[in-house]
Amino acid sequence: MHELAITQSMFDIVLKQAERSKAKKVTKINLVIGEMTGVVSDCIQFYMDFLSKGTVAEGVAVSVISVPPTAKCLTCSKAFTVKELEWTCPHCGGASLEITGGKELFVESIEVD
Amino acid sequence: MKIKVLRDILGANEQIARKNRELLEKNKVFAVNIMASPGAGKTSLVLQTIKALRDKVKVGVIEGDISSSIDAQTVGKEGVPVVQINTGGECHLDANMIQNALNNLPLKEIDLLLIENVGNLVCPAEFNLGEHRKVLVASVPEGDDKPHKYPLMFTTVDAVVLNKTDLLPYVKFNTDAFTKAVKGINAKVAIFPVSCTTGNGIPAWSKWLKAQMRPARNK
Ligand SMILES: Nc1nc2c(ncn2[C@@H]2O[C@H](COP(=O)(O)OP(=O)(O)OP(=O)(O)O)[C@@H](O)[C@H]2O)c(=O)[nH]1
Ligand SMILES: [Mg+2]
Ligand SMILES: [Zn+2]
Repeated sequence: MHELAITQSMFDIVLKQAERSKAKKVTKINLVIGEMTGVVSDCIQFYMDFLSKGTVAEGVAVSVISVPPTAKCLTCSKAFTVKELEWTCPHCGGASLEITGGKELFVESIEVD
Repeated sequence: MKIKVLRDILGANEQIARKNRELLEKNKVFAVNIMASPGAGKTSLVLQTIKALRDKVKVGVIEGDISSSIDAQTVGKEGVPVVQINTGGECHLDANMIQNALNNLPLKEIDLLLIENVGNLVCPAEFNLGEHRKVLVASVPEGDDKPHKYPLMFTTVDAVVLNKTDLLPYVKFNTDAFTKAVKGINAKVAIFPVSCTTGNGIPAWSKWLKAQMRPARNK
């Protein structure tokens, strides 16, 4: 898994933002992570604890908003949430889909003192 | 106090990927990122592709691996320029590693750059390298249910090469179900059943690849 690389990039974004906002302490990081990315949020907190030692983000809490995969059926045009990797339309059984969500990977906001 | 950030976590990688793309275009190199699980046949496909296209285009290779250089040595025997990247434990190639590798390749003497990614169906899908096309090698013994288990990978790629079709008589694998599952989540994808052992299907694959290159060439 690539959680260390992800956490490192995320940490760089957070530190830059904290500096720009002249924050004394970063208390929380709110992430949006699509379930299709396979990123494990527990690992992010683990690496974050490690990377943030001795910085303004030391001890920061990582909070993850998890986004399930969503799709639009190309047969009946209805939108739906994909449950348990069942990639067929629950409305008409169609198997041709356009994936509309679930690949997100961004820092939504940070909370600072 | 809450501060909105709304920044893509992999934004830094994207920036370097864009630079790689510019460098590739400047040198008229067409780059292909080849991804697969371990042992699916990435190196075998690289070798077959070199054999099929070497009379028509000049091929170069980047071999990504967690620690060994076996694949780079194998490919090097074909007499094409090869650079080995050892990711040192990372489970994927990223744009920065490719930037370094590009600096060590004779780009002016390369038309087609084949990049073998680290064997992994999850992480490489996240990291753009600056490549022109992404290709996934799936293999028959892995089973026909992979598209639904690794949807991100299957939706990111431009082509799926289904390798080891010589094993179809011995393995339970429903090619129609596989094709339907792949097309269902990625309607535009091209699928090429091949066997790198017998060479079956390689002409169709290499013909497609060569056709993709057309806009980037004319050295
Ligand atoms: N039967 C059969 N075996 C194949 C085929 N293609 C590759 N193999 C075998 O599968 C094994 C792995 O092939 P590689 O090309 O090294 O696979 P890879 O994806 O590069 O493997 P890693 O780089 O280690 O992840 C080798 O023993 C190959 O000989 C094929 O079409 N049919
Ligand atoms: Mg290999
Ligand atoms: Zn439908």
